[in-house]
Amino acid sequence: MATIALQDLGKTYAGGAPAVSGVSLDIADGEFVVLVGPSGCGKSTLLRMIAGLETITTGQVRIGSRVVNDLEPAERDIAMVFQNYALYPHMTVRQNLAYGLKNRRMAGAEIDRRVAEAAAILEIAPYLDRKPRQLSGGQRQRVAMGRAIVREPAAFLFDEPLSNLDAKLRVTMRGEIRQLQRRLGTTSVYVTHDQVEAMTLADRLVVLNKGRVEQIGAPLEVYRQPATVFVAGFIGAPAMNLLNAAREGGAVVLGGQALAVAAPPGAGPVVLGLRAEDLHPASPGTPGALDLAVTHVEELGAQRLVHGHVAGQPLVAAVTADLALADRLALGLNPRAAHLFDATSGRRLA
Amino acid sequence: MKRAVFRNRLLPWVLLAPQLAVTFVFFLWPAAQAGWQSFLREDAFGLKTTFVGLANYSRLLDDGEYLNAVGVTAVFSVSVAVLGMSVALLLALAVDRMVTTARGYTTLLVWPYAVAPAIAGLLWWFIFNPTIGLMPHVLGLMGIDWDHSLNGNQAMILVVIAAAWKQISYNFLFFVAGLQSIPASLREAAAIDGAGPFRRFLTITFPLLAPTSFFLLVVNTVYALFDTFPVIDATTEGGPAQATNILVYKVYVDGFLGLNLGSSAAQSVVLMAVVVALTVVQFRYVERRVEY
Ligand SMILES: Nc1ncnc2c1ncn2[C@@H]1O[C@H](COP(=O)(O)OP(=O)(O)OP(=O)(O)O)[C@@H](O)[C@H]1O
Ligand SMILES: [Mg+2]
Repeated sequence: MATIALQDLGKTYAGGAPAVSGVSLDIADGEFVVLVGPSGCGKSTLLRMIAGLETITTGQVRIGSRVVNDLEPAERDIAMVFQNYALYPHMTVRQNLAYGLKNRRMAGAEIDRRVAEAAAILEIAPYLDRKPRQLSGGQRQRVAMGRAIVREPAAFLFDEPLSNLDAKLRVTMRGEIRQLQRRLGTTSVYVTHDQVEAMTLADRLVVLNKGRVEQIGAPLEVYRQPATVFVAGFIGAPAMNLLNAAREGGAVVLGGQALAVAAPPGAGPVVLGLRAEDLHPASPGTPGALDLAVTHVEELGAQRLVHGHVAGQPLVAAVTADLALADRLALGLNPRAAHLFDATSGRRLA
Repeated sequence: MKRAVFRNRLLPWVLLAPQLAVTFVFFLWPAAQAGWQSFLREDAFGLKTTFVGLANYSRLLDDGEYLNAVGVTAVFSVSVAVLGMSVALLLALAVDRMVTTARGYTTLLVWPYAVAPAIAGLLWWFIFNPTIGLMPHVLGLMGIDWDHSLNGNQAMILVVIAAAWKQISYNFLFFVAGLQSIPASLREAAAIDGAGPFRRFLTITFPLLAPTSFFLLVVNTVYALFDTFPVIDATTEGGPAQATNILVYKVYVDGFLGLNLGSSAAQSVVLMAVVVALTVVQFRYVERRVEY
């Protein structure tokens, strides 16, 4: 069990643009931190630098009280779960679990005890003498988890461990990983590109984009107060509506129409962020309401997503399923639910 | 295996015909002839041929020269396979660490395979030639007196090197392919699990290469048994004093030089049986071992 501290961490691959730059992050003991971002944003690179599988170009990684920059992966006291599980195909499940302990010259009795304990926790005891290829995807996933927990390491590192599973199993395993981590209290860093997975697992989210940190915060905080346009568009499903707007006379103006949203002081264009679920049907002609030209409707059962255009810009609204729909839909908005960003810097204004 | 469906029953046979014809004319027919000849004995002038049953085979068992050749062949084959495979594995491991820049090296390392065995033999004969060669000179400086035309052990070393050299390329390609098919994450997981580079090789890489290694072992042994005739012929001609007279070379010497066709045929049938046995073992084993 340990804290992990990243200080101004950067990585540039030979002959490439920086894959990660200027990442600083303090992870508390026992905390579950999720690194989330689109493909290629440098999540894996960051995780692998913590693991010691990738050299560090600039900055410092600290695990507990030690700076680990120059330590081998084995000396960092971490365990990692890989996307493809990386189970040793020629060893039985038992041998897979024991391998790391044997390498560390642990006594046989202690190895047996730990393997049995991990097998009981993960319910893989019946498969201990099988080879990985004789297991289902979900079972392999558990064995990979088991290999991490028998080591009782200072930290768990996960690189998209669920992305090879089908949707249903992914939800189940997600829950199990969360429970297991709570129960063991081991500091964890988890990489995913799936924002739902990120929201449900994390104590704290780190949203990455192009190798830089966009925002760090608790899931709900990030959801409610996205710090940048990028985060606003990335976190939440359906994605937040982002509309280019202007500010005139202290109000936000969209397509020549002043909205009931106060503009923060300053000049220049803004981006107005509205979540689909924060829009509600209004009677036509309500001042400040948005006039949506409907193009199509997505039925989700309990609610429906109405797609269309406002002032020539795409917009999605979530409405109840019993609403009668016409070609046009007037949408009222709650001024407090509006997010405003500077259009040039992408930073949050209020 | 995928089963292709032909509407026309004749078409598959027509398509196979050229290959079958070649196999028949150049392999099955001569093999059958050798089989038949191994039961016959010709007199010294080739005038009279008599059927002698298994006499040619039973004679082999009492023939000191033949038994010597069996021993020489065993030493030779094992040495060629071990040398060719271990050098190839070392090179493949080196190349595997730098895959991005490996193309140039790989090309260079593959070249020897394109060299005909006889040329390769000649090349090594020159390099180790006691009067004009480079190696005897270098070895002389180190206090080693090299003359493979007198020293049987040195002759064996020479033919093993000359035969293995060419095979290194072939083995190398298979080992590189084998190594690259092992996911990097396995070695990374092992590194995190506390295995150093040597232990990683021993417990992860090598076991996962086992199917490749076994396949190559059989291929190299068959090569050493059968295809090394030109190498021997170009370097030592089986000498000195039979020290490098391997079975396939003895077949040639007894048959074409000694004109003892019956015995030569019997010897080649024995060799053929060994190779068939090896091939059967390989298919049996590879099928079982290929999935770990
Ligand atoms: N070994 C490497 N050599 C050179 N560039 C690399 C290497 N590995 C990754 N990169 C580059 O670094 C950037 C970040 O890659 P990384 O694998 O960390 O992304 P990621 O966020 O994990 O993406 P994904 O979700 O697709 O796994 C990418 O632009 C990638 O092309
Ligand atoms: Mg990745």
